[in-house]
Amino acid sequence: MNTIPLHKLRAGEKATVVSLKATDSMHRRFLDLGLIEGTSITCLMTGAGGTLSAYLIRNAVIAIRKKDADNIEIITE
Amino acid sequence: MYTTKTCDKKTALSGDRHFKNAASRPRLELESRDALKTIAIAGNPNVGKSTIFNRLTGLKQHTGNWPGKTVALADGVTAISGESFRVVDIPGTYSLMANSAEEEVARDYICFDNPDCVMVVTDATCLERNLNLVLQIGEITPNLVVCVNLLDEAKRKNISIDLERLSERLCVPVIGTSARRGAGLDRLLKAASVKIEEESNKYINIRYPKVVETAIKSVSAQLPDLKSHKVSKRWIALKLIEGEETLLHTIEDKLSIYLSDHTLENAVISARERIKSAYPTVEINDIIVRSIVLMAEDISGEVAVSSDSYKSFDRKADRILTSKRFGIPVMLLLLLLVLWITINGANVPSQMLSSGLSHVENGFRSLLVFWNTPDTLISLLVDGVARTLFWVISVMLPPMAIFFPLFTLLEDLGYLPRVAYNLDHCFERSKTCGKQALTMCMGLGCNAAGVSGCRIIDSPRERLVAMITNTFVPCNGRFPAMIAISSIFFSATVGLFQSALSAGILLLIISTGVLITLLVSRLLSETILKGIPSAFTLELPPYRKPDILRVLWRSTVDRTLFVLGRAITVAAPAGLVIWVMANVTIGDISLLAYSAGFLEPLGQIMGLDGYILMAFILGFPANEIVVPLILMSYASTGSMLEAGSISELSSLLTQNGWTKVTALCFLTFSLVHFPCSTTCLTIKKESGSLKWTAVSFLVPTILGILLCMLVAFVARLFT
Repeated sequence: MNTIPLHKLRAGEKATVVSLKATDSMHRRFLDLGLIEGTSITCLMTGAGGTLSAYLIRNAVIAIRKKDADNIEIITE
Repeated sequence: MYTTKTCDKKTALSGDRHFKNAASRPRLELESRDALKTIAIAGNPNVGKSTIFNRLTGLKQHTGNWPGKTVALADGVTAISGESFRVVDIPGTYSLMANSAEEEVARDYICFDNPDCVMVVTDATCLERNLNLVLQIGEITPNLVVCVNLLDEAKRKNISIDLERLSERLCVPVIGTSARRGAGLDRLLKAASVKIEEESNKYINIRYPKVVETAIKSVSAQLPDLKSHKVSKRWIALKLIEGEETLLHTIEDKLSIYLSDHTLENAVISARERIKSAYPTVEINDIIVRSIVLMAEDISGEVAVSSDSYKSFDRKADRILTSKRFGIPVMLLLLLLVLWITINGANVPSQMLSSGLSHVENGFRSLLVFWNTPDTLISLLVDGVARTLFWVISVMLPPMAIFFPLFTLLEDLGYLPRVAYNLDHCFERSKTCGKQALTMCMGLGCNAAGVSGCRIIDSPRERLVAMITNTFVPCNGRFPAMIAISSIFFSATVGLFQSALSAGILLLIISTGVLITLLVSRLLSETILKGIPSAFTLELPPYRKPDILRVLWRSTVDRTLFVLGRAITVAAPAGLVIWVMANVTIGDISLLAYSAGFLEPLGQIMGLDGYILMAFILGFPANEIVVPLILMSYASTGSMLEAGSISELSSLLTQNGWTKVTALCFLTFSLVHFPCSTTCLTIKKESGSLKWTAVSFLVPTILGILLCMLVAFVARLFT
């Protein structure tokens, strides 16, 4: 399966989460937000000033840092 | 809204662990309000829980903390149809998996303290995520009522919720509300009271994968009867399998269920093994969370209908407000605009207050003369106390009463998270998180509010850094002084242009403060508060149209009362103290001159003088009295001069040796010095530690002294 890390998703593109490789506290944070395998995620804006990008996750706009987005493998639709 | 209840949070600084050894923690028991049934209010942060709590309890509430913990507790009384209930506001959490002290408190209270009813408040615009908590709570207690709040917001975003269907799926009462408007609260309370009467024992059943379900059954069979504790066997079995340390201890304490009991232990171990072999790559906790998330997704898919999730207005606005090119410039412009309105808008009220109050002063003086009061006493009361009080009211109050409401408007609008979004990059470099940008903004209004707002930062280490550096952003008790001094010494123009220039200078000062915040944060993160940056995500909530008039009115009134109160309790006594110090002599020298003389050498190196330092020291209770104190010290009788006369102010200062260098150093020290007493108290409360409060006091002070010395040295080279 050709997966890419989340931070490669560009503004306006939609994808599905394949796996999460995050560390302990980040992993729990993602679970709290409902980010699990199979969740649909859309990129809204990328990197203002550098590291934060905003994504649409289950109807909420969440900004995630590039290094954390690196730990989420997705497949684009 | 971030600036709500007070919060005391004990910070454990060994790495980033939140919990100490479970055995050393006291039990969680609240004093019972006898005979009253209890309703607990739970929910995600920012869903309007506090609004509902406040509306239900009105003034009949009190805040404190959960016994044995330093997490905020608000509790009060409400009534419907003649029956009274106790209402407890549980900390806002996204789930009950106990990843933080708040979640632990919430979970333990709901599970082991048996509130008669739990009201879960959810956000209609974001139902799916909120359902996570609802489902988790529904597994723990059958006495559940769901409140779908912010229906007015949902309507604006074209989101509609089928409340009846939701109620069918969850098998609990669901009431829709718009708490901000007070709509639906009666029905909510009624539903809660009916639920309490019912005494149901039907829990929400979350469907886990088959192997987990069989595991739960097998462990459950080994458990004693728990009906008397009003706890669900299924839930306890599930938690035993999950094996979270702190909860295991609490289960032992409260229910006397011991994992050391062999049959139970074996059942749990074999249950875990079976699950592990069916799902070798996934943690048990993850399997459970996944089932909850999927069920929430399923229910909300059926029940919530929306046309456009990220509303196009929000999308367009954010494209500008958070863009690489325009984000920060727009931010600066917005701040400049707010400052300009504050400065300009304050002029007329200041004049009016000043002339009005001088009439009052004359009247007061005549009255005292009429009563044959001795001259010294008249001087003390009128020139000392009354004048200081009136000066503070006419000069300091208008800018504060204008800035705060404007700021609250921006906050209510939802703009502040966008600021955090734009600045996160800088904060990441300082090894802290973007939420510090938010607390910094709150500090612009009032440093104490900024410090208590730091509870939105999860990591204890980063929270401390944010608290210690909050004072580098000038609160609006310092603005008027900065504006006055900078306009006297640095801008020669008059009229409308002058206020634009003043606003510009103030913006420059604030930006310097931000820069210092970033640098000191980095320094702290490398030295005494070493640690790794925490898991950081930032939610950008939808823009909300604030009820403009209502916010402006309430905020202005609140702020005015607050400043007036502080003026009476702090400024008036300070005026008294200075008058006494100026007029009581030891030998030939007044107390004031004596102490100023003592501080003079330090003052000189800092580019200031002894009187200015004295004023800062006496200004510890409130920043707004520093300038009045300086002025009073210079007027040789320790009496205040009339407010509003900028030229008199200017000549008084220059007569006493003030130059541009002095002004510059004054601005520097005003920006970087110890926090005011209210802020210090708040830091003590939030951090629970005298040590860190001392650090918060010393770091800005020492830095301020050093900076002033530097500025004085360099500036003198140029003059």
